[in-house]
Amino acid sequence: MSSVAPADLPIGKDRGSLETAAETTALQDVVGTKTGRVKQRLTSRTATIVSLIIAVVWTIPTFGLFISSFRPAELIRETGWWTIFQNWGFTLDNYADVLLSTSSSSPQLGAYIVNSIAIALLGTLIPLVFASMAAYAFAWIKFKGANALFVLVFALQIIPLQMALVPLLQIFSTWLRPMQAWLHDVVPIIPEQNYAPVWLAHAMFGLPLAIFLLHNFISEIPSDVIEAARVDGATHGQIFFRIVLPLATPAIASFAIFQFIWVWNDLLVALIFSGGTQDVAPLTQRLAEMVGTRGQDWQRLTAAAFISMIIPLIVFFSLQRYFVRGLLAGSTKG
Amino acid sequence: MTTADLLGKILQVVMGLAIFAAVVGLLIFFIDKAPKKGRDYWQLAGFLAPALIFLIIGLIYPAIRTSLLAFQDNSGNWTLDNFIWTFTQPTAIRTLINTIIWVLFVPTISTIIGLAYAVFIDRSRGEKFYKVILFMPIAISFVGAGVIWRFVYEYRSGDREQIGLLNAIVVAFGGEPVQWMQTDPINTFLLIVVMIWIQTGFAMVLLSAAIKGVPTEQIEAAQLDGTNAWQRFVNVTVPGIRGSLVVVLTTISIATLKVFDIVRTMTAGNFNTSVIANEMYTQAFRASEVGRGSALALILFVLVLPIVIYNINVLRKQREIR
Repeated sequence: MSSVAPADLPIGKDRGSLETAAETTALQDVVGTKTGRVKQRLTSRTATIVSLIIAVVWTIPTFGLFISSFRPAELIRETGWWTIFQNWGFTLDNYADVLLSTSSSSPQLGAYIVNSIAIALLGTLIPLVFASMAAYAFAWIKFKGANALFVLVFALQIIPLQMALVPLLQIFSTWLRPMQAWLHDVVPIIPEQNYAPVWLAHAMFGLPLAIFLLHNFISEIPSDVIEAARVDGATHGQIFFRIVLPLATPAIASFAIFQFIWVWNDLLVALIFSGGTQDVAPLTQRLAEMVGTRGQDWQRLTAAAFISMIIPLIVFFSLQRYFVRGLLAGSTKG
Repeated sequence: MTTADLLGKILQVVMGLAIFAAVVGLLIFFIDKAPKKGRDYWQLAGFLAPALIFLIIGLIYPAIRTSLLAFQDNSGNWTLDNFIWTFTQPTAIRTLINTIIWVLFVPTISTIIGLAYAVFIDRSRGEKFYKVILFMPIAISFVGAGVIWRFVYEYRSGDREQIGLLNAIVVAFGGEPVQWMQTDPINTFLLIVVMIWIQTGFAMVLLSAAIKGVPTEQIEAAQLDGTNAWQRFVNVTVPGIRGSLVVVLTTISIATLKVFDIVRTMTAGNFNTSVIANEMYTQAFRASEVGRGSALALILFVLVLPIVIYNINVLRKQREIR
């Protein structure tokens, strides 16, 4: 892990001109301290030690699992991973076993990785597009009750996922399933069990937060820009595609990462809407299943857990500055 | 997985993308070619309709339906039995108590550690690196975190060498190894540790951004007044980040109330560790007690309600200012 270069984590310099002036100056102050001004260190030696301890405590569990995933099964079973120097031994067998082995007792993660990617792709794209359209409407099309409707959409975050599950499953089985079956009859290569319910569920559950975050950003586009386009006779469709989308790219990117990681890591929606087979179920569900049935097979669990983490961790480390901005978009203003 | 399977899956994704693109394309086409009469309304409808339809089908209707289901038995008769069961069965009561314990401990401890850490590393060397370390668990799924911590809590019987870190430490200090996940009530707290581990990074990032927003002049002024670091922290920094503190606390509280995956992966709710969200799943989808599951979901809703209403009020005030 340590080889990963720490990127710029907090609100970046490129946060854009859309922030309020006051905040920008405050930010510049902070950035300025780095080079010129006297360091106002509030920290002391104790603080440094405490933060070091916290950092170590936070890393050790993951690190231990990571080391273990490369150790031979007998060594994992009999010795602690911290004795790695006394009990030397590394192997890639665990990864080969969970990924490549064709024996029916092995986890066969390959299919589930494909599922996770497929689910995350459209599970991110659909809410993103619909949310940016809705956010544009709320921000730049004047209509009666816009405020009330917007607050209502925000308020929908009140509804825990758990409340939506039973009825949504019923809706899907009465409407969506027959359609899928029909599709299967027409195009036999498409399995009857497919991703549609999971995609739709993720899109529905992701929308309230997406609309809220994107609206925050889109509504702060200078009105001169939009007005000018209106005067030139641009339609809402043109404004949306030619002006709003390009300007809102940073916000859209940050929410896309947010939603992607959320969908990738989800277990509940997958458990209920995927059917749990190799055809549809994502990695998280397979991993949870393995914990249930083979909770003592640490050589497999450790490797499988790491495989399930790799993609979100790559996304996280390479795009964290956008990810963090997405987190900050709605929150720090509260 | 065979090649045919893979092809089938790729085809599904391509078809999904194609259908979605067609829907969006049609929408935009209609928005631009909307009839002259009432054009604004057609355009508005075009932009808003997809999201609103999704929200109605996916959230509003189901929420209403679940509220009704909570008051019905399995054959559709109206009854209060589901709630009576929730508030009388010892296991169900334990679930409620556990949820309260979770929501008391996770937000406060995550926020305190996150805040302390953010203050300690503020403007220190390697600040970014420190942040990444604490923030990383956010990218790890709850299931993955569950596996990571199960390994830490792993138990080996008798004189065998411990492979779980926690038991190894206990043994090193001369104690007896404990079956952590099966020992009530400490198992609930050990599950809470996992959630804290995940959420602290979130708290830290938001609070750190807020701390950097506190004007340096105020801190310098306080310094000139001869205050010590603690006084400056309590009297300048904390009031300056109050808004962010509230947001962090409420967000983590809501996430904690809905926590499901951690309990599911680590104990499956056994040994008195279940929480509402997990029990809801167990009742509705494992035991086919849809009424009970719905009642639990409704209770969850009632618990989240005040927190979100508070946030809505904050939002409305902000919008009035604009």
